[in-house]
Amino acid sequence: MLDFLNRFFGRETASSKNVAKERLRLVLVHDRANVSPELLSSLKNDLIKVISNYMEIDEKALEVSLDSNDQQVALVANIPVKRMKRTKSLA
Amino acid sequence: MGEVIVVTSGKGGVGKTTTTANLGTGLASHGKKVCLVDADIGLRNLDVVMGLENRIVFDIVDVTSGVCRTRQALIKDKRYESLHLLPAAQTKDKTAVNPDQMRELCEELKQEFDFVIIDCPAGIEQGFKNAIAGADKAIVVTTPEVSAVRDADRIIGLLEAADLREPKLIINRYRTKMVNRGDMMSIDDMNEILAIDLLGVVPEDEQVVVTTNKGETVVRDDKSQSGQAYRNITRRILGENVPLLNLEEPGGLLNALRKMIGMR
Repeated sequence: MLDFLNRFFGRETASSKNVAKERLRLVLVHDRANVSPELLSSLKNDLIKVISNYMEIDEKALEVSLDSNDQQVALVANIPVKRMKRTKSLA
Repeated sequence: MGEVIVVTSGKGGVGKTTTTANLGTGLASHGKKVCLVDADIGLRNLDVVMGLENRIVFDIVDVTSGVCRTRQALIKDKRYESLHLLPAAQTKDKTAVNPDQMRELCEELKQEFDFVIIDCPAGIEQGFKNAIAGADKAIVVTTPEVSAVRDADRIIGLLEAADLREPKLIINRYRTKMVNRGDMMSIDDMNEILAIDLLGVVPEDEQVVVTTNKGETVVRDDKSQSGQAYRNITRRILGENVPLLNLEEPGGLLNALRKMIGMR
């Protein structure tokens, strides 16, 4: 009943416990996957290295993170492409 | 042959020692032979919570290093003949004991007691490894706060990695009022996040502070809600099927009337 009222008045999303749950959900994805920030940043650097062979990317805007939906954890990379290369440059 | 239960949490200050003291007292009140072991070497506390601080002669390090026999270090409780405490050392550090010694100690205590309950120190270092070394089962204590739940999750992972399967959860310092207005994670929220069996929920209760001040345990306080919660948990450990304590505030009209006549 209280839940219903909360939702009715649009409080549900604003309640601090939902904020807590959402933050925990994300932090536990990282904890459980045993991924340290160092590992993620080293993965990011390797990605840049490999992808740069094929296209010019915006390194500063590149985002790599772990995300979860339901039971699965996904590695999500957002890589803005500036320009495609005509041929693969052999580094 | 008894069983060894370690009470752990990761984060400090969530109520491991209080839980250990109350479950030990509760089990002893059912006539069980219980030994409480304070594994928090250097930060001894279970003795003051039990009100036994003036009776300590030897401690756990004296036992593991062979200074005295185990029997000599055990302190008998003030109220229950069958309840004993093996205190931690206060002047040594965690490295004064190693996991092999703890395993050996637990084996010895199991021969004599129905339940050996180990109060684990906070953290995941040597003290934690010592405390869980000889345990058969684990209880994870947490509070409905992000930091405590996160640490509990980490501890559950470490317990399972150490082959302590199926740890049980105690949610401590639960505040129904805050949960009802959406400002504290509920029992369901915690179950969803941590996904382990729930052993019990203990409400926030001033009476815990009052009894601890006096070196007593709230489980013996018939009127307090937290005492009831600990009594229920005790019975669940003994294998009984006890429903969760109703933590809702007493119903509307009655409550309003009480407030009017100043009973609450």
